Amino acid sequence: MLTDALLLQLGYNATLVTLGAALLGAAAGVTGVFLVLGKRALVSDAVSHATLPGIGLAFIAMVMAGGDGRALPGLLLGAAAAAGLGLLCVSWLTRRTRLGEDAAIGAVLSVFFGAGVVLLTVIQTMSAGRQAGLETFLLGSTAGMLRSDALVIALAGALVLALVLALRRPMTLAAFDPDFAVARGLNVRRIDLAAMGLAMAITVIGLKIVGLILIVALLIIPPVAARFWSDRVDHVLALSGLLGGISGYGGAALSATAPGLPTGPLIVLLSFALFALSLLAAPRRGVLATLLRRRRAVAPGAGR
Amino acid sequence: MKHDSTRPEAVRPAIPATAGDAPSVPLAISGLTVSYGDMPAVNDVSVAFRSGAMTAIIGPNGAGKSTLLKSALGIVTPLSGQVTCWGRPLARQRHRIAYVPQRAAIDWEFPARALDVVLMGMYRELGLLRRVRASHLARAMSCLARVGMEDFADRQIGRLSGGQQQRVFLARALAQGADLYMLDEPFAGVDAATERAIIAVLKEIVAEGGTVIAVHHDLATVPGYFDRVFLMNVHAIAEGPVATAFSRENLDLAYGGRLAQDPVGAAGARDAY
Repeated sequence: MLTDALLLQLGYNATLVTLGAALLGAAAGVTGVFLVLGKRALVSDAVSHATLPGIGLAFIAMVMAGGDGRALPGLLLGAAAAAGLGLLCVSWLTRRTRLGEDAAIGAVLSVFFGAGVVLLTVIQTMSAGRQAGLETFLLGSTAGMLRSDALVIALAGALVLALVLALRRPMTLAAFDPDFAVARGLNVRRIDLAAMGLAMAITVIGLKIVGLILIVALLIIPPVAARFWSDRVDHVLALSGLLGGISGYGGAALSATAPGLPTGPLIVLLSFALFALSLLAAPRRGVLATLLRRRRAVAPGAGR
Repeated sequence: MKHDSTRPEAVRPAIPATAGDAPSVPLAISGLTVSYGDMPAVNDVSVAFRSGAMTAIIGPNGAGKSTLLKSALGIVTPLSGQVTCWGRPLARQRHRIAYVPQRAAIDWEFPARALDVVLMGMYRELGLLRRVRASHLARAMSCLARVGMEDFADRQIGRLSGGQQQRVFLARALAQGADLYMLDEPFAGVDAATERAIIAVLKEIVAEGGTVIAVHHDLATVPGYFDRVFLMNVHAIAEGPVATAFSRENLDLAYGGRLAQDPVGAAGARDAY
């Protein structure tokens, strides 16, 4: 069963979902590199939690307009709007008040998420809301995913991937040495905004598969794992995309083997396994390599 | 602020404001004021830096030297004032200006090798998508060689010494192929060998017709290293050749008479001229 899933033998739909998850993972991996390098990883956590009230409001609005409240494009639009608002709140609080960014992130994350949970409870009491299944956006689920949904996710993931690769040089420059970047005439604020916007896009695209609680893991873990293997941004980018892609592919395939296996957590656990492997086995920066080096440094005297 | 209230004569323009618009002046600043919060860091500074010269910006801690450099480059937004480069607005001349920032703000864990840092200097040529070709790599290597760092091209920047890091940043500026080099304390925390290497490269740049402006701390080395000085302490105090502007009187104005020994006499500048 698992080999069937990994070899994409579970039918057209499951194949599409698995490929979509792989593209999402790869896009999240490369986008996350610049979040981690720019020390903005936790901002994306606030942004992803901020999507929940947007999802709820979009559902209510679509039902009230007489349509299907579960239409994915509408829900994602609502999620994106709320995420943008959350991001604005974090940057406003950081810049205009004495609050540090960490406190601003904590405040925005919990308030938006709380509002979202209340909205979901309200929706449960609506006649149209009982089968809405909006809670699957919390942890992600590929069960019963529409063919068109998977296609939207795959295409959007590919687009984000392409954009990050196209903007990798200015984003590297801005993350490494912002003063130098400004002196070279780059608009660093706009580059930061683009990096955050791409992370927001990943969050929104990933809602269906990974869910809003765990998407931050898919943005952070692959870059941190990839960093163990190389000292070059280009290589870290490629490897992070690869690790994210493997996680997405494997996690989605795994969850297709049995009903009820949650997709998001499986993807994240798989990416963590790859991280653990990198932490242990990477040459030079890995734990084993460090231990061996220390051993060798002590050995000449101790051996005799 | 204490320093100027007792000495109104300190507030004289270093250079007539009209001199700044000439196309031969690589960097002209007029009426520049920058403040952090309520405190002015730079107050109504006007100065024109001479082409083909090596000028030191000197003054005590908190005199606004780094801020002057950063606002001249548009990194810090001034409250008022104008900056022109070769008689035109900064935005149109940026490619001719290379900036070497202080090393303090860098994340040394960043995944970049010395060679990658130098390649960042070629951003204008490489753009978003162009491939890094062998010719780019060769030029980056020759820039590293000029600062004596060619053997460390593959070394991650965090595993270089402070002096080696500073040389790599100078190599990045060289890779840009600029006409004006602006350096913020290039000798801060570097070893003697690095200091010699950097000063040799800077003198080469000037000999080839380039212009160097550096924020500098060590007064004793001013006469040996630089052609001209610009003294400031929030206000502009004086700009001119080392022989005349680097005087006990101007230093007292800049440092408020707090200098223990006489750097002018100690360095033998007076006798040399």
